[in-house]
Amino acid sequence: MGRITLNQVSKSFGETQVIPPLDLTIEDGEFAVFVGPSGCGKSTLLRLIAGLEDVTSGQIEIDGGDVTDVPPAKRGLAMVFQSYALYPHMSVAKNIAFPLRMAGMEKADQDARVARAAEVLNLTDYLDRRPGQLSGGQRQRVAIGRAIVREPAAFLFDEPLSNLDAALRHGMRMEIGELHQSLETTMIYVTHDQVEAMTMADKIVVLRAGVIEQVGSPLDLYRAPRNLFVAGFIGSPTMNLIRGAEAEKHGAQTIGVRPEHLVPGDPDGAPWSGTVGLSEHLGSDTFLHVHGTGLADSITVRADGEVPLRHGDRVGLTPNVERIHRFDGDGLRLA
Amino acid sequence: MARAVSTRTRIAWTALAWAIAFLMFFPILWTILTSFKTEAEAIASPPNFIAFDWTLENYGVVQERSDYMRYLWNSVIIAGGSTLLGILIAVPAAWAMAFVPGRFTRDILMWMLSTKMLPAVGVLYPIYLICIELGVLDNRAALVFILMLINLPIIVWMLYTYFKEIPGEILEAARMDGASLRSEILYVLTPMAIPGIASTVLLNFILAWNEAFWTLNLTSVEAAPLTAFIASYSSPEGLFFAKLSAASTMAIAPILILGWFSQKQLVRGLTFGAVK
Repeated sequence: MGRITLNQVSKSFGETQVIPPLDLTIEDGEFAVFVGPSGCGKSTLLRLIAGLEDVTSGQIEIDGGDVTDVPPAKRGLAMVFQSYALYPHMSVAKNIAFPLRMAGMEKADQDARVARAAEVLNLTDYLDRRPGQLSGGQRQRVAIGRAIVREPAAFLFDEPLSNLDAALRHGMRMEIGELHQSLETTMIYVTHDQVEAMTMADKIVVLRAGVIEQVGSPLDLYRAPRNLFVAGFIGSPTMNLIRGAEAEKHGAQTIGVRPEHLVPGDPDGAPWSGTVGLSEHLGSDTFLHVHGTGLADSITVRADGEVPLRHGDRVGLTPNVERIHRFDGDGLRLA
Repeated sequence: MARAVSTRTRIAWTALAWAIAFLMFFPILWTILTSFKTEAEAIASPPNFIAFDWTLENYGVVQERSDYMRYLWNSVIIAGGSTLLGILIAVPAAWAMAFVPGRFTRDILMWMLSTKMLPAVGVLYPIYLICIELGVLDNRAALVFILMLINLPIIVWMLYTYFKEIPGEILEAARMDGASLRSEILYVLTPMAIPGIASTVLLNFILAWNEAFWTLNLTSVEAAPLTAFIASYSSPEGLFFAKLSAASTMAIAPILILGWFSQKQLVRGLTFGAVK
């Protein structure tokens, strides 16, 4: 079990309030991702749940029990840190067994659990090595192994992949996803990378300056961002935001069109047109950065497959009208 | 681009470095040489550097006249005991200052260090009187305690700088893994800080071993360490340079050998965590 509830939880450091009172529930077995720009309070929120920071006010419950004043080790949570935080003087096996040793488990049971975790994480051949002798990905797996053996109520991940290179990151993302599916344990994952959030989460919590901007499934956030901040943060490349006369035509202060909802074509007869500034040809997709449309400095277009447009070509743009997002003067979504 | 250094410049610098090192080591060398001379040769002018009749006589006399092993044993107890006690107190103290600093942590550290700026003689009288009152003059346990207090600021400071280099996330991970405060310090922090703790122990052992002011003033017979052993060969019966040198050589030999074998750790200790 691992249902985590935050009731009016707030956090201040001295005079500075980094998290104003907020409410949030993470259901048992859910993969929740806290996402937001750096300094938005997502790591602090995770550390409050972990018990590594004390709440200034409010209450944290795990499976209905109040754990606000319970020390980290007694909350039944396991955490994976950005720096891996492995014990450099212990072998991989001892690192993984450490929480079991602290719990006073029999040596034989410890070994059995370590062996099982090592098998799941492909670490069997490295059990006698020290963390310093492992690659980044292996270290991360040891950190995850140390979390798994505790059989926690929930896993907390604090930007666990940001020290890895792109290829490894993708692999580990899948491993963590598969782990979640096989363990069916609650996971809370902090990242500033919206792609990680979109690909892994059941539920995304978008944070800005300690305030929850929106909570929902990845596709909820993609389809109906509640405000301009979420609209700009979720989706890659980012949504084109257009103000002025064009927005007013749609009865809004600002309209947003995602790059994939713009179709490039003949400039004649298209509602918008401009000149291609930079074109990025990836094979599977083509990204066009179009200038001189009179809508915004640059409009980004994402077209499927290979589109034979180059720098300096004129291009017409047709938005998918049903997928235009409308926002009012306060930046809030209009129905 | 690496700076080009000509061979000649390098030779000049090397020679200069050796010359300075020799100059610093010379008094010790001279003491050792003198310890093998007769009393007459020891004060000969001009001095005889190597070509004299080497003799072990002084060592025999010194050993006969005073019980070297007793002084040595007192030195070991006082230096070792005060260092051990200091470490036991300083590890938790430095842990608290490095990982859960409060508003006044910096001030406390500075205040602790400032006690080292006070001339020791300034508190000789009160400490002497306290020792008399408690009946612990010429007492090894009292010296262990006093030397521990005197070196504690340095031990705490050194450990504090080492602990500061240990990433806090590792200790947080230990906390998440269910480690109590005791387990955290015992199984995670201390093993990781072993190199730092080792150089701290070493440096403080040497400081305590060489400490002469308190050991000379607060001991006479029972608790007298090697510093008192050397001092007993200075004045009253006139100048006996050769015997004094032999006593000095015997007193510094253990620490010199210890220092020689642990040069690396010592250098790290002396740079005080400045070099990472």
